[in-house]
Amino acid sequence: MKEITASMAGTVLNVLVSEGESVSAGQTVMMLESMKMEIPIEATEAGEVSTVNFNVGDFVNEGDALVVLK
Amino acid sequence: MSKTLNETLQTTTERIESGGAEKYHKKLDSQNKLFARKRLELLFDDGSYKIEDGKFANNKAEGLPADGVVTAIGKVGGKTVCVMANDSTVKAGSWGARTVEKIIRIQETAMRLKVPMYYLVDSAGARITDQIEMFPNRRGAGKIFYNQVKMSGMIPQVCVLFGPSAAGGAYIPAFCDIVIMVDKNASMYLGSPRMAEKVIGEKVTLEEMGGARMHCSISGCGDVLAESEEEAIDSARHYLSYFPGNYESKPAKVKVKAPKIDKNLSEIVPENQNVPFDMYDFINGLIDDGSFYEMKKLFAPEMITGFARLNGAPVGIIANQPKVKGGVLFVDSADKAAKFITLCDAFSIPLLFLADVPGFMIGTKVERAGIIRHGAKLIAAMSDVTVPKISVIVRKAYGAGLYAMAGPAFEPDCCIALPTAQIAVMGPEAAVNAVYSNKINEIEDPKERIQYVQEKHKEYKEHIDIYKLASEMIVDDIVSADQLRDELIDRYAGYESKEMVFSERKHPVYPV
Repeated sequence: MKEITASMAGTVLNVLVSEGESVSAGQTVMMLESMKMEIPIEATEAGEVSTVNFNVGDFVNEGDALVVLK
Repeated sequence: MSKTLNETLQTTTERIESGGAEKYHKKLDSQNKLFARKRLELLFDDGSYKIEDGKFANNKAEGLPADGVVTAIGKVGGKTVCVMANDSTVKAGSWGARTVEKIIRIQETAMRLKVPMYYLVDSAGARITDQIEMFPNRRGAGKIFYNQVKMSGMIPQVCVLFGPSAAGGAYIPAFCDIVIMVDKNASMYLGSPRMAEKVIGEKVTLEEMGGARMHCSISGCGDVLAESEEEAIDSARHYLSYFPGNYESKPAKVKVKAPKIDKNLSEIVPENQNVPFDMYDFINGLIDDGSFYEMKKLFAPEMITGFARLNGAPVGIIANQPKVKGGVLFVDSADKAAKFITLCDAFSIPLLFLADVPGFMIGTKVERAGIIRHGAKLIAAMSDVTVPKISVIVRKAYGAGLYAMAGPAFEPDCCIALPTAQIAVMGPEAAVNAVYSNKINEIEDPKERIQYVQEKHKEYKEHIDIYKLASEMIVDDIVSADQLRDELIDRYAGYESKEMVFSERKHPVYPV
């Protein structure tokens, strides 16, 4: 289990992966919008997506687990 | 001199130079650590050092060769430097009375000679048994820190941390200009995990409490994380190449290397202000190839700070990183940049600000952490410099972000805009919302509403058009990104004779 967390508070702009999908380290898994900026959220390591915890438009806090890898 | 006297000298010297007992040398091997004297050989130019004082300190005591610290003078990159190196094979590098006196003396020598001071730290802290002789007195351990504060800005102070730096000892790195830490072996902490468990009931590992990676990425106490001791020492040598020997001299120029260009700089910066790009690509396209020495790479990565060379001459770069947290300024990013700016200014290294910043972060989390106070610290540090200072508005510079990045009011020698630059109190989306929100809400037809908002965006963008700002002489020039390197080289050469006194006073009241 590896959590990919929000680097800062903001709103989910785009979800780029879905459950069961394989991701590689450095791949952008979600785009947040914060301070009017697009904030890419990247996987820190490779793995298979176990759950995606937020949808487009949701507010997230810094440190929230956005995507969980198996 | 009789043969016996010579023999006594030789055997005593050999015994001292071999450090602690064999088992402690074996322990070093098992930890991938090097003997203190070997570290000195790697640090100095010719692989050896000839000037050492206090070698015979405590030589009458059993098992305390050199009293656990080597103090020497040698050369690093052609510059004379003073060094202290803890010997962890001697009572775990702990400090006795003579250890402390030796460190104080080498510091005094460094001040007298006005040469850089290196601290090669690997120490368990104070020898409790010696406390009356080394802790509270006038030439006790406190004097080491007092001296460090006195030396700060006079001569470069470099710390390489190979092992622990515990309790009071943790302040040696804290007062240095740079702390290079060896991953997995180096640590800094006031209270060990064992003490924390006893006193406050917290159970953590040493790595979590004060490991090298933690300090280089979370606390900000570490500047460079090295994989091995050799890499750490190499880094400590390289670092000094950007510096003069003291505040009165100027840093040296080296042979020019053209930048490595994979892509034209103008292709790297997106026109859409809100889309991320990698500022490292921009920096690498601007500076002499391979010349970037980054400080605090893993800490507050939304702000990039590092030394580089432009046409062979050193420059300190402060750049926003739009790829991380949108390049927004946080408490840690402000803190990181403030120290870096002060460091460059102390040793005559010109400053280059590369701005692409939406402003300071907002919200309860940062307000409670004192973002205003930390932002003020950055703005104070950036204002109070006398080295050549160039501000380049790469893309957006909104709100106090413009101020923090040496905007026009902060007397940069010039403020240059790229064609992608946008300077404003806030971005078009936020501004239109702020000014026209009532009007926007009154429009019931969604299509009409969007049209109205777009029209206002357009008006706002025209209002803050960079050519308009250049016409008002708010920016001094507009330059293509592809021409920026040549422009900067010419300008820094032109500003070389800059001399100024920032303000008449004793010293500022720092907003820290």
